[in-house]
Amino acid sequence: MNEAQVYAALTEVFHDVFDDETIALAPTMTAADIEGWDSTAHVALIVAAETRFGVRFRTSEFETLRNVGDFVRLIATKVAKG
Amino acid sequence: MEQLDWLPRHPDLRGAIAAARKLADAQDRLAAAIALAGHRRDFVATDQLARLADAAATVIGGLDRTACVQLTPVRVAVLASHTVDHLLPAARVAGLQRRLALATYVAPYGMLRQALLARASELAAFAPQFVVIASDANDAAFDVPIDTCEAAAEQAVGARVEELRALWRGARRHYSAQVIQQTFVAMVPPLFGSYEGLVPGAPTALLERLNNALRAAAREDGVLLLDLAWHARRSGTVFDPVRWHQAKQLVSPVFAPCYGDLLARVVAAAVGCSRKCLVLDLDNTLWGGVVGDDGPEGIQLGNGSPAGEAFLAFQRYAAQLARRGVVLAICSKNDPRLAEEVFSSHPEMALRCSDIACFVANWDDKATNLRRIARSLELGRDSFVFVDDNPVERDIVRRELPEVAVPELPDDVALYPAMLAAAGYFEPASFTREDAGRSRSYAANAERRSLQEGSTDIDGFLRSLDMKLVVTAVGSMQLQRAAQLINKSNQFNLTTRRYTEAQLADIAAQASSVALCLRLVDRFGDNGLIGVLIARPDADVAADELLIDSWLMSCRVLGRQVEVAALQVLAAEAARRGAAALVGEYRPTPRNALVADHYAKLGFEAIAVPATQSNGVTRWRYDIEAAPPLPHHIQLEVDA
Repeated sequence: MNEAQVYAALTEVFHDVFDDETIALAPTMTAADIEGWDSTAHVALIVAAETRFGVRFRTSEFETLRNVGDFVRLIATKVAKG
Repeated sequence: MEQLDWLPRHPDLRGAIAAARKLADAQDRLAAAIALAGHRRDFVATDQLARLADAAATVIGGLDRTACVQLTPVRVAVLASHTVDHLLPAARVAGLQRRLALATYVAPYGMLRQALLARASELAAFAPQFVVIASDANDAAFDVPIDTCEAAAEQAVGARVEELRALWRGARRHYSAQVIQQTFVAMVPPLFGSYEGLVPGAPTALLERLNNALRAAAREDGVLLLDLAWHARRSGTVFDPVRWHQAKQLVSPVFAPCYGDLLARVVAAAVGCSRKCLVLDLDNTLWGGVVGDDGPEGIQLGNGSPAGEAFLAFQRYAAQLARRGVVLAICSKNDPRLAEEVFSSHPEMALRCSDIACFVANWDDKATNLRRIARSLELGRDSFVFVDDNPVERDIVRRELPEVAVPELPDDVALYPAMLAAAGYFEPASFTREDAGRSRSYAANAERRSLQEGSTDIDGFLRSLDMKLVVTAVGSMQLQRAAQLINKSNQFNLTTRRYTEAQLADIAAQASSVALCLRLVDRFGDNGLIGVLIARPDADVAADELLIDSWLMSCRVLGRQVEVAALQVLAAEAARRGAAALVGEYRPTPRNALVADHYAKLGFEAIAVPATQSNGVTRWRYDIEAAPPLPHHIQLEVDA
């Protein structure tokens, strides 16, 4: 799965978690750019992404996620490792 | 389990939710959310449904103002020592599935004790009917050394339980709320392995001791349990240390749909919305094979074959459910003679004819037969759970009778008991000796009905029953059972006012009020508590009148003049308190048309309804001195 495919699948996750099908992800996007992206939604995003991509994030990785681009790269790396 | 495996799968839940969101009418959006809530769903879909319903409810002006089905409004406050915001949408969706409009309130983080030990104005304004106390193991940390002795461990646990009891009393005193206590989930794995339970001071052993002690205390204090510890031990998805460190979530979002369901089922049980009757198919459900093809001797059942043992184990589980008060019925497309022959003469059957309150085997469709069973048992179809191995039959019943719960089943009957248990349809809010005898009482009722059919002289029939009505004041002994009846009676219920045990105790304690429990004994046995009557002074009625706040009775005693005898006692008790008249009130609901003429039949006169009342409420007056007594054939024993 390349980064573009991760973007496509992650966009669906965002649409579902925020009930907003107009969200178009960009690498520099952060919580400030999306309405409703609070701490509860953040955990929901992480867990929904874990389920969607069949991966698990480490506790130490949460603080390295500064924006959507970080999130996508981390997922892509994990998916590649299998 | 975490995705509610007993619910049917929707072919495209995501698409259906998106389509529902686009419906123009808010009532339609809410109706769609309620219908979709009955499908298997993960936490993301569950959250989506909650938002769909909440947004529609905001437009309509409240979750309980639905046009499609009537939802019972219930207010639940959650006081937690951990993050619970992600769990409440799931509770609301699970509520919708049970026809409850749950309004939820979360106290500010860490305000658990403050909000219970003193009256908190924001919480008081919410006026919770239920207060869920959700503390976690860190909040309940024990300050005892690991080599502590048994007695010291017991003492430490005792002190913690007393602290919780003070919180329970606070919830009652300040908010008159029913308490639901969440048990403590272990967040740290055992230190000693299998030896853990032998070390009184080991953390997991202490926590287990605490949970056991608080279960006993809850039973004494009338507190309900959300036994999360019990579920956590069986499902590894409840507690996830990553989520705890990340967001102080004791319950992982993955488990949220199930947590919401567990909470909603406890609340539903307390307001009388649990299921009451298990309807079973026969061929390939209670035994292997088709009795019509294989003959009674050819079916797979009982010891000797693995499949036969699995069917027997399911029968035993159903029989045990009957022992605890679940009513059993049979609904099968079968030759009735052959089907009954298996029950009466197959040596391996665990279920017997006497366990079955209503036995329907014929060639009609199952929906027709389920309607028939509901009529015969005088139970609502919304109290039914229908278990059938055949997915086609399950689908048809779901479509024809959406109010009947029809669990999805694994393709191995060995897993049926676990699935039925996981679905939690029969969650009770109390368990009394009378529950244990209920199946027998349904069977006896069938006998009474057959006696009635053989008798053309109704007075002679009623006399022959040797009935005695035992009337007592609602006191601490009857409180639990009376509250249970108040909260689950729908049909013979004039006002459908629901009260918690705490509220009922308050009402019964007023010297000017009358609160009575009715038991009926006849020659077939004790029918148990069959009615509750509450009459009290009210601003809406004259000073020398009592308003009949609640009059509800079990439908099992319909047509036996119990209401006539009960009125005689009520009038005498009201007169003893100085009242000259009783004012009756009928508040119509979708379920209580049965008693629309109740007061007219008893000789009450229709009077004007106060302007504040609406929606078809009628009022009736009964002059205690002037009204002529009506005849009945019931002996009275009054101890009020």
